[in-house]
Amino acid sequence: MTDRLSTRFATCKAQGRAALITFVTAGDPDVAATPAILDALVAGGADIIELGMPFTDPMADGPAIELANLRSLGSGTKTKHIFALAAEFRARHPDTPLVLMGYANPMLVRGSDWFADQCKAAGVDGVICVDAPPEEDAEIGPALRGAGVHLIRLATPTTDTARLPAVLQGASGFLYYVSVAGITGKQQAAQANIDMAVGRLKAATDLPVAVGFGVRTPEQAAAIGRIADGVVVGSAIVDIVGSHGDAAAPFVQQFVAALSGALTPKIQETAA
Amino acid sequence: MTDTITLPNSLRSQPDANGHFGAFGGRYVAETLMPLILDLEKVYRAAKDDPSFEEEYDHLLKHYVGRPNPLYYASRLTEAVRANAPTGKGAKIYLKREELNHTGAHKINNCIGQALLARRMGKKKVIAETGAGQHGVATATVAALFGMECKIFMGAKDVERQRPNVFRMKLLGAEVIPVTSGSATLKDSMNDALRHWVSNVHDTFYIIGTAAGPHPYPEMVRDFQSIIGKETRAQIMEAEGRLPDMLIAPVGGGSNAIGMFHPFLDDPDVAMIGVEAAGEGLTGKHAASLAGGASGILHGNRTYLLQDEDGQITEAHSISAGLDYPGIGPEHSWLHEIGRVKYMPITDDEALASFQKLSALEGIIPALESAHAIAAAEQVAPTMDADKIIVINLSGRGDKDIFTVAEALGVEM
Repeated sequence: MTDRLSTRFATCKAQGRAALITFVTAGDPDVAATPAILDALVAGGADIIELGMPFTDPMADGPAIELANLRSLGSGTKTKHIFALAAEFRARHPDTPLVLMGYANPMLVRGSDWFADQCKAAGVDGVICVDAPPEEDAEIGPALRGAGVHLIRLATPTTDTARLPAVLQGASGFLYYVSVAGITGKQQAAQANIDMAVGRLKAATDLPVAVGFGVRTPEQAAAIGRIADGVVVGSAIVDIVGSHGDAAAPFVQQFVAALSGALTPKIQETAA
Repeated sequence: MTDTITLPNSLRSQPDANGHFGAFGGRYVAETLMPLILDLEKVYRAAKDDPSFEEEYDHLLKHYVGRPNPLYYASRLTEAVRANAPTGKGAKIYLKREELNHTGAHKINNCIGQALLARRMGKKKVIAETGAGQHGVATATVAALFGMECKIFMGAKDVERQRPNVFRMKLLGAEVIPVTSGSATLKDSMNDALRHWVSNVHDTFYIIGTAAGPHPYPEMVRDFQSIIGKETRAQIMEAEGRLPDMLIAPVGGGSNAIGMFHPFLDDPDVAMIGVEAAGEGLTGKHAASLAGGASGILHGNRTYLLQDEDGQITEAHSISAGLDYPGIGPEHSWLHEIGRVKYMPITDDEALASFQKLSALEGIIPALESAHAIAAAEQVAPTMDADKIIVINLSGRGDKDIFTVAEALGVEM
C-alpha cells in the first residue's frame, strides 16, 4: 500500500526535522484561487497539506478560520468543488499528502461510504473530523478504514491518561495534538506544557505526533519542531489569504518558506 | 421480513448508554469537551440517585418558581371552538400554565436543575445561549440565586430585537455578549457559547436551554422539564378522573414539549402533537426541521436539521424568536420517526391570530411560541368529539412579544 503520510513523516525524520503541516480553507476566497494557494504551500516547503472543508457553523474555530469558511461558502464553494480541488492537487503533486479537515455534517450528509469513496477517488490521504470523537466512530471510522483513508484523531490537554487509549484506538496517519483547550488561532500554549504533553503521547503511540492550534510564528514552529514530529500552522496562513484574497499566493509562499526554514536544522546538532 | 422499526418495551427508556434515541442524539463534540461531558454524565447519574438532590430541586420549584402551576380549563376558548364545529364536536381544552412560573416560562425548571449540577461539579461560572432572551433571563436568574458568574451569548440581531430582556439579564448581574458571527441569531449564539466553553472547560458550566446538544443534555433537560407532564397527569386525574386524549405543545428545540410528553409516552390512548414553526409557510422561510429538514449533525447531536444538499445549515425563520432555530431535540426526531408523536406546522400568521384570540377570550397573553400550540388546537379540536380532552402546554407568557406583535400588526406603540 502506498502511504504518502508515513512516507513523508519518515523522510522528514531522516532529515532531522519535523514535518510542516499547513492549513487553508478550500474555496477561500473562491474555488478559482485555491489551486495557486495550495501550490504556494508546497513551493514554500509545506510537507503535508490540510484542506479545510467549509461549514456554516464551525464551532471549534476562532474568528480567522470562521471568516474563511464564510468567505468560501459566500463565493459558492460546494462539496463537489472541494473534491475536484483535491483530485487536481493530487495530479499536480503526486507525493504530497493531502488531508481533509472539517465538520461531520458536510462530510456525512450523503453517507459515510459516499464520503470515503470520494476521498479515495480524489487521492485524499486522511480525514480530520473535528466533531466526531471516538464515541461516535461508527459514523465515519469504518467507511474511511474500508477505503484505506486515514482517520486522524485529535488529543487535547483535557485528554487524560485514562481516556488516551480510546482516542488512539482506530487512530491512524498521525495523532494531532491540540495544544490549547480552546478554539483555533487564539491562545498559545506554554512550550513547557507542549513538551510534556508530546512526551506523554509519544510514550503511548508509535504514530507521529503533530502539534497545532495557536502556532503563528517561525520561532514557535521551531520550538515545537524540536519535540514533535509535525507542526500545524493554520490561522496565520488563513489570515494572509484573508488580507490578500486571490492575490495571496506569493505572500503565502513567503510565510511558509519562513516556517519551513525555521524547522530545517541549520547546523547538525550532535548528541554530546 | 417486513421493514419495521423494533421498538423498546417502554418508550420512556431512551436514550441508550451512548446517548442515542434510535438513530438520533449522540455526542458529536470536539475532543476537548468529551472528558467534561462524560464527567457531567457521571455527576448527573449520581444526582439522580441522591434523594437530597431531588429534595432541593423540588423545594426550589415550589418556593422559588411557584410550582405546581395550575391546569386551567379554558372554557371560553372551548366554547369558541365549538361554535365553529359540527354538532357534538369540539374537544374540551385545558391549558397547563407554565407561563405563571417565575420568569414567565418553562425555562426556569431546567435552569434550576442544571445550576444545582454546576454547584455539585464545583463550577462557579455559568454560560448560556439565548434567542428571545427567555432562557438567558432564566439562567441569569438562577446564577443570581446561586451566586454564580454568568455570561449570556445572544445574537446581535436578537440583542436589538429584545432590549427589555437584555436589560433584565443585566439587572440580574449577567454579562450579555452580543454574537456577530454567522447570521447573528440563536444558532450562532450557541456556536459562540460552545467556543467559550471549549476555551474555559476547567471552571465553566454550560446551561443549555433546550433538550438538544451532546448527551447527556437532551436526557437531562427532558428530565428537569418532565415536572410539566407529571403535574399535568395528576391535575387532569383530579379534574376529570382520566387521562387526556391529546397533548399539544410548541417545539423549537422542544424542551417544554418533551417535558409534557415524556410522562405519557407509554399511554397509547394519549395522542400528542408537537407544533413546529412554519414561518412564512413550508415553501418559504420557516423553522420546521421535521417537516422541511433531514437528519444531520449539529451542536453535538444527530437530529433533523434545516440544511442544503451539501450539509450546510440553512437559516431558520419564525416570528417567534424562541422557535427560530434550524434543528430540534433528538428525542423528537426519534418520536417523529417511530410515529408516536405527530408534528404539525403552524405559520406566523396563524400564530399571530391565536395570540390575539387567547388574549381576548381568556385574558391570557401567550408567548408567540405557545400561540403556535393554541393555533394547532384550534384546528384539531373541532374535529374531535366534545367529550374528548386536549391539554395545551402554555409554555410562556407573551409580554416579551408585544413589540414584535405590534410591528407585525402595523400598530405604532
